Order: sequence, then structure tokens, then C-alpha cells
Amino acid sequence: MKLLTLNFLTCARKTCKSTAAAFPLHPKEAELEQVEMELNPLFVKNMLPRLDWEAMKTLATELGLPNLPAETPVAEELANESGEPTQTLRDLHTLLMETAIASGKLVCGNCGHEYAVKEGIANFLLPSHMV
Amino acid sequence: MSAPENKGEQYEEQHVHEVYEQIASHFSSTRYKPWPIIERFLQALSPGSVGLDVGCGNGKYLAVNPNIYIVGSDRSTNLVHIARRHQPHTALVADILDLPHGNKTFDFAISIAVIHHLSTPERRREAITSVLRTLRTDGFKGEGNGEGKGRALLYVWALEQEGSRRGWAEGGEQDVMVPWVMRGKKGAVSQDGGGASGGGGGDRTFHRYYHLYREGELEADVRAAGGEVVEAGYEKDNWWAVAIRGNNLT
Ligand SMILES: [Zn+2]
Repeated sequence: MKLLTLNFLTCARKTCKSTAAAFPLHPKEAELEQVEMELNPLFVKNMLPRLDWEAMKTLATELGLPNLPAETPVAEELANESGEPTQTLRDLHTLLMETAIASGKLVCGNCGHEYAVKEGIANFLLPSHMV
Repeated sequence: MSAPENKGEQYEEQHVHEVYEQIASHFSSTRYKPWPIIERFLQALSPGSVGLDVGCGNGKYLAVNPNIYIVGSDRSTNLVHIARRHQPHTALVADILDLPHGNKTFDFAISIAVIHHLSTPERRREAITSVLRTLRTDGFKGEGNGEGKGRALLYVWALEQEGSRRGWAEGGEQDVMVPWVMRGKKGAVSQDGGGASGGGGGDRTFHRYYHLYREGELEADVRAAGGEVVEAGYEKDNWWAVAIRGNNLT
């Protein structure tokens, strides 16, 4: 599951969803993998404003990955004068689109429930007593 | 065959989830061509859009537009394993009634051939509410991007299928069990709801529960679920609706 996805995940429990502590979920015992993907500069540029940058910075730190810039990079930082993708854009692509959690757990900061990730697939089905 | 009473979560576990888990790879091999309304909806999204495919099955709609990002989810782990092959998207295991996504977040959502598998009116509406809640109200993260509210495309099987071999029509039973036949012999094809013709050759028949929607029912459910209908119609034995969050939906 690529890291970008973590920006769009919360705890599945209804009682957690509205709490600030349920986002982002915290990776635990995460095995990372790199999955090569074609760079799509327009996609990255348009998608960036949709990210919760603080959450992504927290995740990068928790996973021991290189720190993200302090603020969401703006359009001028993503392409040079001739329109070529910058290193900043390439690094974001590598981090968000090519880095994935192969296995491990995602932990809710509110209720502590752990969601398993196996073979790159996170499972959010809740045991019936937690629904 | 009409569906028995006592519906709800346990019922769906047996008559929907377990069946898809069993038929996953065979089902997937018959599901590859996107339906036109859905393809058009996904192609119209601007590059960088982020959304959901709730009940993504084998992920056939993940392949339509490579310039958007879709988080697909399904109850069937076996189907999710097939769906995750579609880059650049993601597929995970989740229940439509307990989605692991924040409120007011996504540019779009699709839920194709899913809501008709919930076995009570309350659960069908709750499922629609669950999808609508994830849609953004305007712009994203405080930025007015002029694209307006997030939209959901919902697609369900119709009761009115006069042209089809299944023989369902207006006024008929709406809660039905639909057979899925896996042929025992190599090279044979499936019958999707054609009325199982019985065993022989090691064939296996599975029955899935469906609520067949009648005209106007999907729109009524969207409104009861706290949504507004933007557009609605009928396509190839299915009713569809494009919906947005209603103003009173929390
Ligand atoms: Zn939680």
C-alpha cells in the first residue's frame, strides 16, 4: 500500500473517525518496499494541495524516511523554467507513489486498534464487537 | 428464487461475502469491460483528483483514468488481491458501512453494483450515507478550486429488465437470490443469473442475494440518506444516480 494512501485513511470505527487522534494512522513494524512507477508530473502537482502536509511529515518521520519540506511545495518548486520536473517533484513521487508498506500494522491513535497490512493489503474489517 | 427473511449483517456474510470470496477469480475473469456511464464519469475528472471505489471488486474501474488516484475497497480479500494490480491506485479490504476514510475529503466516489447487496432498506441507506459523507463539500482543504462539491456515482441492478433473459419485470419480487454457475469442465462459460440448469460435470452453483431496485427507488434512497441527486438514469439493466452531499448531512 503506497504511502500516499495513508493521507486518506482513518480508523474505521465510527466513534474514532471524528477525532483528531484517529488521523493519520501510525505505522508499526512496517516493512517498506519500492515499486517503480512512471512519473506523472501533472498528477503530483494537482494532488499535492489535497494532502494534509503535517500528517505526511509525521508519517515520514515515523517511518524513518527523509524529512519532507516544511511546507507543501508550490508549483514553482515542482518544475524548472523549461517545464522539466525538479528534484523536489521527483523526490515526492518516490516517497508518495513508489514507497509502499508491504507488511506491518496501522495503529489508531485514538482507540489503539491495530489494522494488519499483509502482502501490501490493509484490512479494515472490524471484529463484530467493535462495530 | 426469492430471498428468505431475517436479513442483516449475518445474512449478507453468508449470501454475499462468502460467495464472492469463493467465486472471486472466476467472477473476475468475466468482468473486464467498463460500462459507458461509469467510464464517462471517471474520464471527466480533472488530473490529480482523488476518490474512492467502494466495492471495487476486481478493480476494473481502476484502469479507466491514469491521471486520478483511487482508493478501492472491497469486502472480499480475494478480489482485492486482483484489484491491487492496477497501478497507480490502491486496493484495501473494508466494509461499506465502516469505511476507513475521513469525512468531507474526496473529490469523487463510485460504488458500482454494491448497494443492492445490502439486505434491508435501512442498511442500503446507511451504505449510501457512508459513501456521501466522504465527499468534500467545496474545493479541497480550504482551497476554492472552482470544481464544486464531490460527486458520487451509484449503480444498482434494476427490477425492470424486460429485455434480459432473467425475466425480471416491473411489479416482480425485489429481493432475490441470483445463481452463479462455475462450470466444472474447462472452457465452459458462466451463467450470470440465467437460471442455473443444474449439476453435471462438476458444476458448482452459488447464490448471491440482490435487492433489485425499481424505478425511482435509488433516488429516494439517496435523499433519505442525506444526499442530493444531481443526475440519474437507466443503463443496461441498471439504475444509476450521481449524488452530492446534502446540506444537512453531518
Ligand atoms: Zn480507532
